[in-house]
Amino acid sequence: MKKFISNSLKIFSGVFIGFINGFFGGGGGMLCVPLLEKVFKLETKKAHATAILIILPICITSAITYMVNGNFNLSATLNIGVGVILGGIIGATLLNKLNSLVTAVIFSLLMILAGIKMVV
Amino acid sequence: MAQSIAFFIIGIIGGIVGGMGMGGGTLLIPLLNVFSNLDQRIIQAINLTVFIPMSIIVLIIHVKHKLVKGKYFLYIALPAVAVSVPSSILASKLSGKLLARFFGIFLIVIGVLQIVNIIKKKVKKRKNAKSSQNFYK
Repeated sequence: MKKFISNSLKIFSGVFIGFINGFFGGGGGMLCVPLLEKVFKLETKKAHATAILIILPICITSAITYMVNGNFNLSATLNIGVGVILGGIIGATLLNKLNSLVTAVIFSLLMILAGIKMVV
Repeated sequence: MAQSIAFFIIGIIGGIVGGMGMGGGTLLIPLLNVFSNLDQRIIQAINLTVFIPMSIIVLIIHVKHKLVKGKYFLYIALPAVAVSVPSSILASKLSGKLLARFFGIFLIVIGVLQIVNIIKKKVKKRKNAKSSQNFYK
């Protein structure tokens, strides 16, 4: 019975994460990490790693679906993609050097501001 | 050319945030929306595509360190993949402007939740510190 509840919870979470990540073209990781940490009690590092495994197939199918529906720009994707990979390496090295609480607060405020800009 | 450089710089900023483990896409998408004239649907497609090579590399490293728990894959990822197809089609059919509005609301909700979470953690830490102080008295 306990297993049934846990599995149903996983399926329900999957449906929710899949919908959000497909509809918004991202954001699934932000839902998946806290879910794995708080509901399934994985430690932070394992939650982050496992979330990538879950998000990756969603991103592949969603990316293909967007492209099939005519939403694609190759040159922009390449320019941005190279930047993201470089930035990713920088970010991973910076991770241990910055005060994570301060960066998290700044990041959250930036998101709220950008959100307001996009709604208005 | 100027546009390519702008894309590259925005990519670097989004990548840095993503590399720090704070959901790079949630910053890359609004950055591109605010600082480029790309349609929101194309921006979302770019974010999804760019995530693929990045996460494959990161995933290989995590698997080597035995941090990936495969047992969550089947029950969470399969329904997620199944639902992501219709939800991606839905997003593709909406106008870019409307989709950007929805995304803005999504960002505000996540941002507020994150701040609430940070405050909660801070309060918890302070409580724990206090109770351990009393313990040593």
